[in-house]
Amino acid sequence: MGLFGFSFKKVKQGLAATRKALIDPIRQLLMRELSDSVIDELEARLIQSDIGVKTTVHLIEQIRKSYKAGEIKRGDEVIDFLKAHLIEMFPPADRAIHFAESGPTVILVGGINGAGKTTSIAKIAKALRDENKTVMLAACDTFRAAAVEQLEIWSQRLGVDIVKGKQGGDPAAVAYDACEAAVARGVDVLLVDTAGRLHTQDHLMRQLTKIRDVCAKKVPDAPHEVMLVLDATTGQNAINQAKLFKQAIDVTGLFLSKLDGTAKGGIVVAIREQLDIPVKFIGVGETPDDVEPFDPEKFVDALFS
Amino acid sequence: MLDHLTEKFNNALRSLSGRGKISEDNVREAMAEVRNALLEADVHYDVAKTFCDDVVKRAEGTDVIQSLRPGEQMIKIVHDELVGLMGPVDTHIMYVQPGPTVIMMCGLQGSGKTTTCGKLAAYLKKKGKSVMLAAADLQRPAAVEQLRTLATQVQDDVTGPGAVKFYGEPDKCAEYGKAVGVAVKVCRNALKEARKQHVDVLILDTAGRLHINDDLMGELRQVDKAVQPHQIYLVIDAMTGQDAVNSAKAFNEQLELDGVVLSKTDSDTRGGAALTVKSVTGKPIKFVGTGEKIDALEEFHPERMAGRILGMGDVVSLVEKAQEQVSQEEAEALQEKMAKGKLTMDDFLDQLRSVRKMGSMKTLLGMLPGMGQQIKNMDIDDEQLNQTEAIIQSMSKEERNNPDLLNQSRRRRVAKGSGTRTDEVSQLTKGFDMMSAMTKQMAGMSKLQQLRSLSGLGQQDLASFGTSGGPRLKTKERSARKRKDRKKKSRGGKSRRR
Repeated sequence: MGLFGFSFKKVKQGLAATRKALIDPIRQLLMRELSDSVIDELEARLIQSDIGVKTTVHLIEQIRKSYKAGEIKRGDEVIDFLKAHLIEMFPPADRAIHFAESGPTVILVGGINGAGKTTSIAKIAKALRDENKTVMLAACDTFRAAAVEQLEIWSQRLGVDIVKGKQGGDPAAVAYDACEAAVARGVDVLLVDTAGRLHTQDHLMRQLTKIRDVCAKKVPDAPHEVMLVLDATTGQNAINQAKLFKQAIDVTGLFLSKLDGTAKGGIVVAIREQLDIPVKFIGVGETPDDVEPFDPEKFVDALFS
Repeated sequence: MLDHLTEKFNNALRSLSGRGKISEDNVREAMAEVRNALLEADVHYDVAKTFCDDVVKRAEGTDVIQSLRPGEQMIKIVHDELVGLMGPVDTHIMYVQPGPTVIMMCGLQGSGKTTTCGKLAAYLKKKGKSVMLAAADLQRPAAVEQLRTLATQVQDDVTGPGAVKFYGEPDKCAEYGKAVGVAVKVCRNALKEARKQHVDVLILDTAGRLHINDDLMGELRQVDKAVQPHQIYLVIDAMTGQDAVNSAKAFNEQLELDGVVLSKTDSDTRGGAALTVKSVTGKPIKFVGTGEKIDALEEFHPERMAGRILGMGDVVSLVEKAQEQVSQEEAEALQEKMAKGKLTMDDFLDQLRSVRKMGSMKTLLGMLPGMGQQIKNMDIDDEQLNQTEAIIQSMSKEERNNPDLLNQSRRRRVAKGSGTRTDEVSQLTKGFDMMSAMTKQMAGMSKLQQLRSLSGLGQQDLASFGTSGGPRLKTKERSARKRKDRKKKSRGGKSRRR
């Protein structure tokens, strides 16, 4: 099944560190009988998971209310409560990749510097290749030194085609060539890598819009997917990133990278709540195999099990 | 990057400053607001809590509550505490004799290590040091190539008396986890080579790694042991959330860091990591990465940052930026011209261009005391400056030397040439006339008077910063302000970002 199945074990493994950091202390905490000070402590833990101040305050208020009303008495009841509420925050959304009905499916990938775009692309490329789809990479990061080489090495390791331009060249021109090549060679999926850019750099964001427009011109309905790669260690700024990238290239899904550290991934909750962008994949390791589709229920379950 | 914090701090502290008398409860309330602002800015929970508790304690300890101007007292306390939270910092790099001074960079994946290595090399080159960049990242595909390219770029494009060399062993690269230990050997070889070539500073670019990966953290310890770097810097992404604490702590425990480089501060991050790092590791931020350009690295100054957070501006940095662009002689020549009232459009264009080299208008205006809040929602479009440049460039040499020549017909021609409207040309010349009259007048004043005459810019703050460099700024400040006013009229303060 590869990418489109779901390996519960892998997510659990990837989230082991997360669980250790967030859940174990919470569990320890909740062994005790519920009291105001335990709830205060819980507030601190939730904030530390990057869920965000607003969401935390909202959750804690509800817990406090239920506690005062005598509906919640024991700590473990709080866990059930949190679980139910967190899952509720991920309304059903289409998390599969949209493939083109005919012709190549174009997936445009963007993100800030160092988010993990190129590695994430390698992961998606491998998963698709393993499903017997033909994959082509477009190296549109013509800005950062050796970015093209980096993607080229991945293309060699994975045995997939690559279209590249010169460093310092026009990335939109590379995208144009790549789209043309993808149509000509009849590949199934074209993955477009772009240079990392801060969402606050207007001119760079406009360049990204241009790349998107070029794809749309060459391939009907392209890009079929626009993935924003977000570093899981990012704090509340991830919301700004998602907002501005959405404005520029109409992001259709998130790739949450580096979830295998101690970062608690709480930002997923905040993003889901404030922006209507589904998280589609999570990166849970260093090798091209370490990618999983995002499943909120199992994700939250893995957090609490 | 600090708009959000500045606004929240202002709101909280303003609630105190309007009153003649405040109670302890008032202080607590204000600080609760500050705490939430800090948390929303990704300051670590414990750090935010301790910070606010400390401020409340100090406010109770000193006579804030009895004081006649409690608001100002509070601002001072918060300012001091902020400075204490981030400093003290010694950005000076200790060089060893005989060289090379070895600097090791480490950090998580994607934090910006390699780019920072290049920027640091540029910084040192400007200071006249010979630098060797050594590629010890053998895992990320093409990382060696990236550093090599950066080394060449710095050597070719950055002006400075120093030199930048590169050391790498691309044939030693391997996939993730398969090259553990090899980096140690590469670093040793790099040190040997650096000694042989007598470079002053050797910078080791290590691979990105997770702080919980024992193998790779072990590798860093081995490198530490083998080459015994004099300085170890941790590179942290300014946008990191609550997890910044965990990774910084882990790196510090394993390696005994000397300092931190905060990367990507040109984003709209609210600065949480900047405020958190020092109190968690005890190690200060030494440098901050401020842009895409290869020399966009600045020394970190806690006082200035605290000033910016509290909306007090950062005139010192502004003056420094100005000094980088304009030499002493140029400034003196200009001043003489101004004194005689002989400022030409060409001078104005030069000034405009050097201001633009310093950064975007919004950034610059934000450094002026009290301006940060006013311009926060304004859409300051640097494109308008392009227009101004175009207008001046459409003038003949004669017209530039003597703008009085510009009658209606000439203005029409200039407007046509620059793709603007006649009234826009008139606006520029009118503004220019006002400016030259003003500068002529000011040239006769004492320096303090000059500063005072820049009304509306928070005279007291400016005056208290002494006189160095002050007068040199006046043209720029004035033109910046004028532009701002014009903008206000034409756009009605349209906001792009909330």
